[in-house]
Amino acid sequence: MASLITPDQFSANQDAEALRKACQGWGTNEKVIISILSHRSATQRKEIRVAYEQLYQEDLLKRLESELSGDFERAVYRWTLDPADRDAVLANLAIKKPDETDYNVIIEISSVRCPEELLAVRKAYQLRYRCSLEEDLAQHTAGDIRKLLVALVTAYRYDGNEINEKLASSEANILHDAIKEKCFNHEEIIRILSTRSKTQLMATFNKYRDDHGSSISKNLLGDGTSNFQKALHVAIRCLNDPKKYFEKVLRNAIIGTGTDENALTRVIVTRAERDLRDIMVVYYKKNSVPLEQAVAQETSGDYKTFLLTLLGKN
Amino acid sequence: MALTDELKTLNNAFSGLGVDEKSLISILGNSHPEERKCFRKGTPHLFKEDERLFERWNDDRVRLLKHEFMRFKNAVVLWAMHPWERDARLVKEALKKGPEVYGVIVEIACTRSSEELLGARKAYHSLFDHSIEEDVAYHIDGPEKKLLVALVSAYRYEGAKVKDDTAKSEAQTLSHAIKNADKTNPIEDDEVIRILSTRSKAHLREVYKHYKEISGQNIDEDLDVALRLKETVQCLCTPQTYFSKVLELALRNDVDKNTKKGLTRVIVTRADTDMKEIKEDYENQYGVSLSNKIEETANGNYKDFLLTLVART
Repeated sequence: MASLITPDQFSANQDAEALRKACQGWGTNEKVIISILSHRSATQRKEIRVAYEQLYQEDLLKRLESELSGDFERAVYRWTLDPADRDAVLANLAIKKPDETDYNVIIEISSVRCPEELLAVRKAYQLRYRCSLEEDLAQHTAGDIRKLLVALVTAYRYDGNEINEKLASSEANILHDAIKEKCFNHEEIIRILSTRSKTQLMATFNKYRDDHGSSISKNLLGDGTSNFQKALHVAIRCLNDPKKYFEKVLRNAIIGTGTDENALTRVIVTRAERDLRDIMVVYYKKNSVPLEQAVAQETSGDYKTFLLTLLGKN
Repeated sequence: MALTDELKTLNNAFSGLGVDEKSLISILGNSHPEERKCFRKGTPHLFKEDERLFERWNDDRVRLLKHEFMRFKNAVVLWAMHPWERDARLVKEALKKGPEVYGVIVEIACTRSSEELLGARKAYHSLFDHSIEEDVAYHIDGPEKKLLVALVSAYRYEGAKVKDDTAKSEAQTLSHAIKNADKTNPIEDDEVIRILSTRSKAHLREVYKHYKEISGQNIDEDLDVALRLKETVQCLCTPQTYFSKVLELALRNDVDKNTKKGLTRVIVTRADTDMKEIKEDYENQYGVSLSNKIEETANGNYKDFLLTLVART
């Protein structure tokens, strides 16, 4: 369930005017910006942007970029984007990250989105960066990680509910043998994870657990610490149970010294309209502390207010 | 029917691509039993003298004839199909037939536009309850597997923007990989696959230009030993040359049935797109117009249908 709360009555023009007023003059009225934008769905935000452009011949996003700053600005900017465009921006940032591509983000986007959404992300990427997502991704990665990521990102999975039990069995065995040997027959693992439909994969993971006693993600993190193995682990968790996966990302972002604002923003902003409420339930179960409380403790100012509003606080 | 002319016509009616329905109707249809006996005795490649003293149809020829009669029907059905369904079915058929025809998969993945390929992938879901990449990855086993999976999954940028430095360095990479073909098969080389399966066609044209400067040859000439790679490279940047070659092969006399199917496939799938350019290329390369060659080699309704499609542009 989504955590986003939107009003019953909505006028894009009124919102655009209010946002304009909030940005005019000295200083910015962040409260107004938060109270409007964090209570609007993707469609509504799009209408507001269109209305704003028509009224003031200016891109709302550019205005926000110049008026706000820091984590708050990044959060508001990413929130206001169209979901597909947002994913394209996040993917690009992940790919171009200095030192090493942030493969978690790529895996998240390609494994959690449904096939049509992933296509929309690829189209948005081309529009924005004038090259294909797989082109950039392939250029900035190498070896097995590249094979896995490019395969995940270019997949257009069948989205039906058919399950082939025999196939699930045989592929569960292939996965098991590959993991056990620790030689990781990468080609086969990548093939199965990146081409099978999500329903078929769930059946495969279930068969794996039934046949071998423990879930496949437990078996993966042995003593291996290669990036490829870590990436496999992330992919399997995303495909198997995205909510649990996101809870872990949030927990890692919050716990310990310092907060990973990028990860925090990313999860909250991308899931608020989907299943953030469910993730919050998982979070509470695992940490005995509600997510809103943890976020309130770790963040401050407008950034905090914005996140809390997306989490459903009034 | 004792006249050798009519015998010749009947012979022709049954040879080449498709069958000459009109002649079969007018000559065979009007024949007396004696005349048909003459026909059977006069065509030893169609009928054999059986030990129990009757002329018996050659079983293999009857099988082949079935295909020839069906050519028209197949062409019509393929032509009426939505292009997405067409491409999806062609890929499925190629997967079933095996490695000799995987070139069709390369053809579809590389000559279609990004949106057309996407459409084919959608149709594939509907028709076969699996994704194209799933089936390609599962059913193909040889060295070309990685390349083919990557090609069918591509969603290439279609704009004109090209990065010249990258094009140069990628030309170097390709040249290097081709030179070292004896150590690693270039079709399995990760960089070769990356470049050929992710770059836009405009970018690849730049890469080929630089390749020619580096190695002195066109890249497809250097790939003569690696057939699938050669096809990939041709389909991506000079599809008309590729298509006219497929047509030329299909119109030869003694080729296998898969090669012959290229005639229907290319004409039906390109009649709405670049048939004009293919015709020009064909005439330039082989010195005879495509229509004339079809007139010589094909028969009946099948021939008329193809000529109509070809004449549209």
